[in-house]
Amino acid sequence: MIERILLFSALSSVFITGSIVFILFYEAFGFFKDVPILEFLTGKQWTPLFAQPKFGILPLVTGTLLVTGIAVVVALPIGLIVAVYLSEYAPFKIKEVAKPILELLAAVPTVVYGYFALLFLTPLLQRFIPNLSGFNALSPGIIMGIMIIPYVSSVSEDAMKAVPMHIREGSYAMGATKFQTAFKVVIPSAFSGIAAAFIIGISRAIGETMVVAIAAGMMPNLTLNPIEPIQTLTAYIVGVSLGDVPHGTLEYKTIFAAGITLFLMTLFLNILGFWFRRRIREVY
Amino acid sequence: MIAQVTEGLKAEVKGLNFYYNNIQALKNVNLPIAEKRITALIGPSGCGKTTYLRCFNRMHDLYPNNRYEGKIILYPDGLNIIDPRVDPIEVRMRISMVFQKPNPFPKTVFENVAYGLRVRGEKRVDFLKERVEKALKQAALFDEVKDRVNDLAYNLSGGQQQRLCIARALATGPEILLFDEPTSALDPTATSKIEELIMQLKKEITIIIVTHNMQQAARVSDYTAFMYLGEIIEFDKTDKVFTHPSQELTEDYITGRFG
Amino acid sequence: MSPDEQSVVDIRKRIAFNKLRDHIFWIIGLFSTLIGFMLLFTLLIDLLIDGFPRLSWQFFTSYPSRFPEKAGILSAWVGTTLVMIVTAATAVPLGIAAGIYLEEYGKKNWLTHLIEINMNNLAGVPSIIYGLLALGLFVYFLKFGESILTGGLTLGLLILPMVVIATRESIRAIPNSIREASYALGATKWQTVKDHILPYSMGGILTGMIIGLSRAIGETAPIITVGALTFIAFLPASPITSEFPFLSFRWLLDPFTVMPIQMFNWVSRPQSGFHLNAAAAGIVLLCMTLLMNGFAIYLRYRFRRRIKW
Repeated sequence: MIERILLFSALSSVFITGSIVFILFYEAFGFFKDVPILEFLTGKQWTPLFAQPKFGILPLVTGTLLVTGIAVVVALPIGLIVAVYLSEYAPFKIKEVAKPILELLAAVPTVVYGYFALLFLTPLLQRFIPNLSGFNALSPGIIMGIMIIPYVSSVSEDAMKAVPMHIREGSYAMGATKFQTAFKVVIPSAFSGIAAAFIIGISRAIGETMVVAIAAGMMPNLTLNPIEPIQTLTAYIVGVSLGDVPHGTLEYKTIFAAGITLFLMTLFLNILGFWFRRRIREVY
Repeated sequence: MIAQVTEGLKAEVKGLNFYYNNIQALKNVNLPIAEKRITALIGPSGCGKTTYLRCFNRMHDLYPNNRYEGKIILYPDGLNIIDPRVDPIEVRMRISMVFQKPNPFPKTVFENVAYGLRVRGEKRVDFLKERVEKALKQAALFDEVKDRVNDLAYNLSGGQQQRLCIARALATGPEILLFDEPTSALDPTATSKIEELIMQLKKEITIIIVTHNMQQAARVSDYTAFMYLGEIIEFDKTDKVFTHPSQELTEDYITGRFG
Repeated sequence: MSPDEQSVVDIRKRIAFNKLRDHIFWIIGLFSTLIGFMLLFTLLIDLLIDGFPRLSWQFFTSYPSRFPEKAGILSAWVGTTLVMIVTAATAVPLGIAAGIYLEEYGKKNWLTHLIEINMNNLAGVPSIIYGLLALGLFVYFLKFGESILTGGLTLGLLILPMVVIATRESIRAIPNSIREASYALGATKWQTVKDHILPYSMGGILTGMIIGLSRAIGETAPIITVGALTFIAFLPASPITSEFPFLSFRWLLDPFTVMPIQMFNWVSRPQSGFHLNAAAAGIVLLCMTLLMNGFAIYLRYRFRRRIKW
């Protein structure tokens, strides 16, 4: 009766996860029948559509990690500082204004951020870095970083709010300033939650697609130099999907190979984040 | 020490044991419930009086790991209402409850009182109006809300809200009305209004009231049971319990030596 | 250190240093918080400068074209609207039902636990993975093809965790005493859910739903993966027909495009004329998103005032 319908709806989540895992592994299995896994993991060139195709995933992985790295360098410190400021310093009025703005920052469609990275930030940066290529990792990295600040700051702030007032009072009673209390007492106490926030931020950056598809380029490039064009795992999938990809071809399967790599990376991070969030509940 | 009741009984509790998660909360409770009389239950916090009350309308069924043993027989048909084969919904349609904190629904006054009838499938507008008015009059609330019957219940005062909850419980014509510390969240004026109301109601319906306020029990009830650590220590006519208690424990509680 | 070991002057110096550092941080903190605001502001101005002149009736009613001045977003916003209908029809009933089950019916057994873990995990899966799922499942296996139905289902699954979480939080806010009052009057579980739980949590549910939809409107990657077209000069079949029964479902299987894809397509072209179009499309997209978010925030406020727990 009714309960069964509701249960069936709830089971949809299990069904979705199961389908994702099934499809990714099924197609990836097909891919690895034709491409040796060693070449996939260690090859330095990714040119699956050439006459003499090469299937090394490293360029895409480094592309992803390079942009993520830049984003993280921007988002984590600023996100944490914003969280500390909002949780320990800011008066109510500023909080009232800041929090909706941060929500809006997270609500802007990523294509719009991509547009901004390509057509505003890159030209702007080119004035200071003359060698900066039109497609590069720096510009989308910075934009992604700012895009992720709200995620990092809101989860960190929640973690810090959970630290009871009496712990802070112990610090203030000894003559400490807000700064000292925040960094020496509150942050260490909220460590698990802040770690979870960082992980969420990193995971979000790894999975981001449109900003990099628009502004980072569509050329796989094994490099750690942020002023060169690169291609991420996500942008590759989009690039192939834009063209004609007949079902069942090796080309078709390459996007699933990239997909499963991406999925495993974010799965690992999500499990890590989950573990950290469980630790919070144990502490309090 | 359980005294005999010489009047007609509405219900009888026989050998009631109750377990939360295998922890025994009620021990071998035997109690008669006289018809159209007020039976009060007193005792210190945690003695099991609310647990006992919630057996009567199978509230414990809502939560996991609860177990009843024994019988609560409802007269005149002799049904054991805690028998697992008896549908708790059927029990709740015959026995109503008023809770400690007034808990009206975020709906209008009218809809609050009518809800119990709607649940039974009643849709006739005139019938609903008639029953709602009757229940509000029984709860001594009608005069105060007759112009505000389509206002949100939340706009009433605390005492009015509690009387609304009483009207809501009465609208379905229950055989027993359970009160779980009905005035502990109210001010003295509201409290005395409700005590008056309860004494009026006993002319029409059997009442069981749990209270931690001994003076209230003494004022209002016909029979009183004193409970301690899940057991009935003493049960008798109210004036006997309060003037010549037969158990020392009862006397200690009543004179304020503990609890 | 006791006062005689460290002179009063030294202590005062230390305090002054600490306070200065505190003050500097206060400034850094305020500035950091404003970075987001500054970015948003710059972004908006940039879009408006380039895109505003392009906004016109012609822009909204033309198809894309090889000539930037003639191109418009007609097929895009119609496609977005139709896809959103399917998305909402998927995510809302499924999400609310799942939320109700988990809060009111679920017992603490392994099955419920499994469902919850999956729900929370899915919220962190990159959106393009949903695109891959949809490609394999909807496009090829179920043979829905590269259609509005596929696009809508994909986005529906994407925002499903959001709707579920919003439903659960709203339901959790309802105090237990209300449930007990309902049961005590003889109501069944379903009557309690239908007459009390659902109506009282509607505010939160609607808010979550609108925020989910506003996220779905801006989603590009999964839609590209399931094969939305980037140059489409026709509209899907109309849902409303001129003969009985006045309602048609043919449009579900038609090819389509959506607003963010149109913007992506224009941004990727080298001619600057198309960049202006992209800016204009961006303005429209942002307006849609911000309006929906604003509406959701307003709804949240209104419902919080009506029901005070």
